[in-house]
Amino acid sequence: MTREQRLKKRYASEKRFRFLGIGAIAISIFFVCLLLFKVFSTGSTAFIKTTIMTEVDFNKELLELGDVKNPTLKQIKEAEFFDVTYKAATGLFPYKNDEEEKGVKTLLSGNYETEIKNYLLNNPELLGQKVTIELTASDDLDQLHKGNFPRDIPEDRRRLNNFQLNVYDNLVEQGKIGTAFGNYFFFSGDSRDPEIAGVAGAVIGSFFSIIICLMIAFPIALMAAVYLEEFAPKNTFTDIIEININNLAAVPSIVFGLLGLGMLLSVFGLPRSTSLVGGITLSLMTLPTIIIACRASLKAVPPSIREGALAVGASRVQTVMHHVVPLAMPGTLSGTIIGLAQALGETAPLLLIGMVAFVVDVPSVPTDPSTSLPVQIYLWSESAERGFVEKTSATIMLLIGFLIIMNSLAVWARQKFERKW
Amino acid sequence: MSNKIVAKKVSVFYGPKQALFDVDLNVAEKQVTALIGPSGCGKSTFIRCLNRMNDVIDICKVSGNIEIDGKDIYDKSVDVVQLREKVGMVFQKPNPFPKSIYENISYGPTIHGIAKDKTHMDEIVETSLKKAALWDEVKDRLDQPGTGLSGGQQQRLCIARAISINPEVILMDEPCSALDPIATAKIETLIDDLKSSYTIAIVTHSMAQAARVSQHTGFFHLGKLIEFDFTDKIFKNPENQMTQDYITGRFG
Repeated sequence: MTREQRLKKRYASEKRFRFLGIGAIAISIFFVCLLLFKVFSTGSTAFIKTTIMTEVDFNKELLELGDVKNPTLKQIKEAEFFDVTYKAATGLFPYKNDEEEKGVKTLLSGNYETEIKNYLLNNPELLGQKVTIELTASDDLDQLHKGNFPRDIPEDRRRLNNFQLNVYDNLVEQGKIGTAFGNYFFFSGDSRDPEIAGVAGAVIGSFFSIIICLMIAFPIALMAAVYLEEFAPKNTFTDIIEININNLAAVPSIVFGLLGLGMLLSVFGLPRSTSLVGGITLSLMTLPTIIIACRASLKAVPPSIREGALAVGASRVQTVMHHVVPLAMPGTLSGTIIGLAQALGETAPLLLIGMVAFVVDVPSVPTDPSTSLPVQIYLWSESAERGFVEKTSATIMLLIGFLIIMNSLAVWARQKFERKW
Repeated sequence: MSNKIVAKKVSVFYGPKQALFDVDLNVAEKQVTALIGPSGCGKSTFIRCLNRMNDVIDICKVSGNIEIDGKDIYDKSVDVVQLREKVGMVFQKPNPFPKSIYENISYGPTIHGIAKDKTHMDEIVETSLKKAALWDEVKDRLDQPGTGLSGGQQQRLCIARAISINPEVILMDEPCSALDPIATAKIETLIDDLKSSYTIAIVTHSMAQAARVSQHTGFFHLGKLIEFDFTDKIFKNPENQMTQDYITGRFG
């Protein structure tokens, strides 16, 4: 082979290698885009809801407040709203029989009575007046309006019957159908009705779990890593510990769920389905990951820094606490945040400790029953209603958003605290 | 002339491997003692025994007897922190803490509680930097990171850090090996100035440097101290053939 041929071959192989690399990246980007496109196209509509402009008559007689002169908020709150809400709902469209009446009423969300009541409580001066309120539409109408329900299939296979479709068309003609910001999705807990189901409970539950996980896992992991890396003698015993830590990091997360179930719930009797137990379980799971990250960052601190500190007469603890740990902080922090991001997306262990329960109330303390974001995705993905399909995707978007924020935070922490030597 | 450090039959083992064999060596007070020899001959190992820096290596075992001011430093009653307060060290590669210049100097006095208050600390920082011939170059930027200085300045910062706690002995492990000739010359002048107040032991690869700065020289080879005498004698009229070969550049 001549010199030119050899050179040509070398260039060719270099080109081939670069092409393969670009190809690999292109394929990964393609799959990420596919995922994001699918999720966004399905989920983006969940952030808006369909509304119906409904006429409501806050008649004092109907509210049974006729003989009260200036009713207080408390009296309004305790008033009888049934007639008012019934009249508002059935007044949307004239009907002929009971079945049609029900058809009209169910065009509004399951929560319309509370919406009407809250509207008056927020605007008590409207008492005795007739007003037009934007009420949340039912899931079926919502999906129809968003174009997710085909209208040309036989009536018995449709969620809305012909009469309801007629009512819908009529309302659209009158300009009474509108859209609004999907407040339920962000600010309310889970529900059987997709139009009023939200992720607030799951977000708060995840938040509590992550905070508890951080408070438990970070100090323990840091101390363990510092001891193993800086103080522990290198012998068979510490070798065994090291192997076990690496092993634990690879144990399937569901095993930690079983541990949480067996220990935390059964032996210690902690409350089931709570983010407290969820956080503790997740901290057990992330502990090895964080220990490994902390050890790696401690190892990366050059030995010359330790020698410098020891040589001016610092004790080993002073050397570690004043110099090594602060220098290892960027790596430690970003490792911890990545561990927490992993915990945030974890589903399996939480299923076992009962965080998969149907929880309507938004938790206010970590000992309240709650779900978490990934579990909420799991729950909704199993529901049949079309409304939950878009909410599932929207929740995935939210989760991906949180993960991106946390991982950027890790990068930021690394760059912010990094010191050169 | 009295001996500050007296080492008798010092042997060092790294696990099963013996790195030093029965070294007897004295370091004279307020003079410079240079240790020369080819790489891996044990001179760094020996100097690190003098402030027990080898303690941090698990597998390292030291036997024999090292006395500073007549006290055995490997005795159980000796606190290693106090020993290192007395015996400072400067390393091969400049290793300032990634903190400000001021903090680099103030760290030692802080942990030993030497400074009474802020003004006293300022004084210590100033005198240490002046003694290390660095004050004029850095007095306007004491709050800037010590790692931002040039290599030679960093090494002088490390010397200032070592003298900030007012040691009696300063050990230098090839302090100029990472520096250019100009920075090296500055450090050598500095060593010459420092020997009036401190006892200095220096490991060096440069024979010329040993000849320039030291009064006593020890030649190590394969973990053994081959010859130890006045620097003049070693360089002009060595007794051992190996020393002769080494200083004339015939091996090593």
